[in-house]
Amino acid sequence: MNEIIQPYPQTQAVPVSWFQFAILHRASLASLAVLVFPLVMPFTALAANILIYGLYALGFNLVYGYLGLLSFGHAALFGTGAYFCGIAIAHFGLPWFAAIPLGILGGLLMAALIGVLAIRTRGIYFAMVTMALAQCVYYLFYQAVDWTGGENGLRGINVRVIDIFGVRLDFINPLTRYYVIAAFVIAAFFVLSRILASPFGAVIEAVRENETRARASGYDVTRTRLITFVLSGGFCGLAGALQALHLSIVPIEILYYDTSGEVVMIALLGGMGTFFGPMVGAAAFLLLENLVSLWTVHWQLIVGAIFMICVLFFPAGIWGTLISRGKP
Amino acid sequence: MTKNIARSGSISRRRLLATVSAGAALAASPFRINLLQAQEANIKIGFPVPLTGPYGTEAQDQVRAAQLAIAEFNDAGGLGGRKAELVVRDDKLNPGEAATRTLELVEKEKVNFVVGSLSAAVQLAINNVTKERGIIFNSISQSDAINEAADFSKYTFHEALNPHLTSGAVGRYAFAKFGKKVAFLTADYAYGHEMVRGFLEVGKAFGIENLGDIRHPLGTTDFSTLLPRIQALKPDILCISNFGRDQQIVLKQATDFGVKKTTQIIAPLLSHASRVAAGPQAFEGVIGGCSFYWGLEDKFASTKAFNDGFRKMYDGKLPSDYGALGYGGVRTVLAAVKNAGSVDTDKVIAALEALKYDFYKGPQYYRKCDHQSVQSVLVIQSKSKDMRNESDVFEIISTDEPNEANLRSCEELGHKS
Amino acid sequence: MAGLSLDLIALQLFAGLALGAIYVLFAIGLSLIFGMLTVVNFAHGAFYMVGAYVGIYILSLGGNFWICLIAVPLAVGLFGLVVERFLIRPLYGRGIDYPLLLTFGLSYVMVELIRILFGKTGYPFDTPEILQGAVDIGVGYFPLYRLFVIGATAFVLLALWLFLEKTSFGLIIRAGARDPQIVRVLGVDVGRVWLIVFGLGTAIAGFAGLLAAPLQGVIPEMGSTILAEAFVVTVVGGMGSIGGAVLAGLLVGVVVSMTSLFAPEMAKVSIFALMAVVLIVRPQGFFGRAGLMS
Repeated sequence: MNEIIQPYPQTQAVPVSWFQFAILHRASLASLAVLVFPLVMPFTALAANILIYGLYALGFNLVYGYLGLLSFGHAALFGTGAYFCGIAIAHFGLPWFAAIPLGILGGLLMAALIGVLAIRTRGIYFAMVTMALAQCVYYLFYQAVDWTGGENGLRGINVRVIDIFGVRLDFINPLTRYYVIAAFVIAAFFVLSRILASPFGAVIEAVRENETRARASGYDVTRTRLITFVLSGGFCGLAGALQALHLSIVPIEILYYDTSGEVVMIALLGGMGTFFGPMVGAAAFLLLENLVSLWTVHWQLIVGAIFMICVLFFPAGIWGTLISRGKP
Repeated sequence: MTKNIARSGSISRRRLLATVSAGAALAASPFRINLLQAQEANIKIGFPVPLTGPYGTEAQDQVRAAQLAIAEFNDAGGLGGRKAELVVRDDKLNPGEAATRTLELVEKEKVNFVVGSLSAAVQLAINNVTKERGIIFNSISQSDAINEAADFSKYTFHEALNPHLTSGAVGRYAFAKFGKKVAFLTADYAYGHEMVRGFLEVGKAFGIENLGDIRHPLGTTDFSTLLPRIQALKPDILCISNFGRDQQIVLKQATDFGVKKTTQIIAPLLSHASRVAAGPQAFEGVIGGCSFYWGLEDKFASTKAFNDGFRKMYDGKLPSDYGALGYGGVRTVLAAVKNAGSVDTDKVIAALEALKYDFYKGPQYYRKCDHQSVQSVLVIQSKSKDMRNESDVFEIISTDEPNEANLRSCEELGHKS
Repeated sequence: MAGLSLDLIALQLFAGLALGAIYVLFAIGLSLIFGMLTVVNFAHGAFYMVGAYVGIYILSLGGNFWICLIAVPLAVGLFGLVVERFLIRPLYGRGIDYPLLLTFGLSYVMVELIRILFGKTGYPFDTPEILQGAVDIGVGYFPLYRLFVIGATAFVLLALWLFLEKTSFGLIIRAGARDPQIVRVLGVDVGRVWLIVFGLGTAIAGFAGLLAAPLQGVIPEMGSTILAEAFVVTVVGGMGSIGGAVLAGLLVGVVVSMTSLFAPEMAKVSIFALMAVVLIVRPQGFFGRAGLMS
């Protein structure tokens, strides 16, 4: 009854629950995971693919997990980023440090374009409209054969050396290539973390939780949605640009509906609305695909079944379920 | 009393930092899942093919025939006792996936050579990856672009036919025989355009009248909106330039619309698998080209030997056109390795360029400027009566003998002499 | 443009109607399921494909096309009932996206199962003998089978209309589409209604697949392209509206057909352009529920 609550003695280390610590330093921890990643993957190119798809899913997660809008057309953002970067290098001979920002720009622009058309719709409609608009983008890029290579894809995105302030990195070396890509992904982690932690990030979640109340509080919901969608385009565009550099080609299939579907699966598998979930989802999805392909050609069956199980029983995804269990 | 605030599951910041730095030290250490740098005893040939997807059957055939070539090489003693090995990967008919697989083959599996695939887009993707890393790639599927200077490199070889050669052969046969008024129905992608270009070029010499080139999007399932228009043009010849499922559907629908009653349908490429999938009715009367038909065994000892080897290894089955390409692609590379006496890339390239061979369909060689295999083209027609066995679905009605003049010239392709 | 006559345009129009008929059947099922269950069935294309394959199977057992016309929708509808009861029902109340996502995964599984059972390359599907050949419809020769498709679609539409307008069950469905809450309050077993509507919608999809089989053959992937196009139809017509699905389906068919006449390579893009226009001018489509929009 008469307990005197004393202040913490200053000499002791302040105990912090690891969960809170993780949230505070999510970008750093994610970056750390990324750095050690290639050691445990079957081959480095796969690890790089996982990073790229993880970033793609991260961008998608911004719109679906944090804002609550299901888009089935994110392939258009991913693909435009890839093509802008690829065209800059293959057709204009621009250096990598100009091509990558161009890729990001491509993602932003395409997101603005699709967003303006689609943002007036909601819920189910948004999914269908984004899907159809993305298909339209696919057909248009397909026709622009002189720029994109059409069905044959864009080839010739050949970057052999990355020159950073006099340090020449051999981009052909798989591990070097991975770490260059990882550097961009890590930068994206930090940017995303800042966005989410900012007041704008709070508005995004407010809109997801209760749109009417957010509007009543004076927030322009439509504008919030559009801005979030465009930001998402930036991340996906970066992922696309990195993909173009990694594979040295841009296949037209990158714009096809299947690529939009893949990111939905990855985000759900990993855990939507979580920071690291998309990365986990990408790793799970691509590893699964890679491993299952080795012993059966029917990998789509397994992946589809696992996806359905997740929807039915683990809607929080792998990472989401893990952290909700691990919450103190 | 002060409560003990330390809850279970909490850690001190200090402890976390310590663990993390240990992890980082571990990561920087030489402990890694390392690729064996011990001398690879086997000569590895990477083989990315679309085992999943609509061309899975063709791909399986390619693998089977390639395995035959490997087995023959090994049985003959290999390269001074050093055996060859086929490393097969599924590229899912997706250029992005093919690029990833090629990276795996080159970086992890450390293959000496790559042979594959199916579909022009996939080959060009594989080629882009291999040429940047100085690995020889022998492409075993149709593409015009792979001969062109932009995609070509000294490491690029092309065992398969290209659209120009194929459409040229069929055009030369058909335009002499069936009339001068020609309409074109073309799949709207690179391959389709390349085929039409080939037809038109040959057609010039025959003085054909081009009634029009109607393009359809790839993956069209309904040609009902295009066929009436074509019939209204009243062509002598309808030249349908597409492949796979598109071709199967359009031939079926053209039959339904009664096009065959008034017009001769020709196609640059008829594949065994398509003919089997679409059935005799759709293909009846259609004339087209192909690179290989097992029936050549009546003409060439090499074909007979190949067929016999395949029959022995695979339970009496006969190889298809795509299978033969799988065989040829791998066998030429191995033959060059043997001739060069090493797996050194430049030596093998020189050996391939010098190679004159007859492995499964008659005499062939690689042209120097674009490494295109100069070979015969068969003009075939579907048959449904008097079939010797279930594989006897085509009849060879003419052959275009190997002739460099039938290819596009080196200058045209952008190669500097 | 050589030979562009009024006859050719009329013929092209007819071809558009035949093309649209398949779209209509497909989109009606989608709209029914959405209107009643508020579920976007991403596996609708897979059901369509399964319908075609069930037809192949029945033919291989020795049946004929006419038996298929009855057996296929029954078989596919039955499968739809099972899917609704065990896979979709548990997800109600979880949020509008979950059934969508589930059906999305389901489509992958269904397609791969068919590949395992029937192979990857697909099968040709011969037009039934009586319906082969072309007839002179005044402006030119038109394949008899396509006229049959138009007729069969009209028949299904009529039957559906009678069912919805003249039976008490149809009344419940219409009421439920208007306001699901009230229907529940009135004591109707909504679960049973959902079950039957889903079964009905997928049965029609399977029927559409069967009808489409002689036109283009049968492959495991045949459902995915039509799904994207059907979404255009539903957006244009309005989600949940049968009348909208019919009108929009025919419109899309005609648009594709006419574009093929003048610029075939733009035929696919044209329908998405149509959708974009509708989105800007009237986001809820012709007869859609305005409540879904902001």
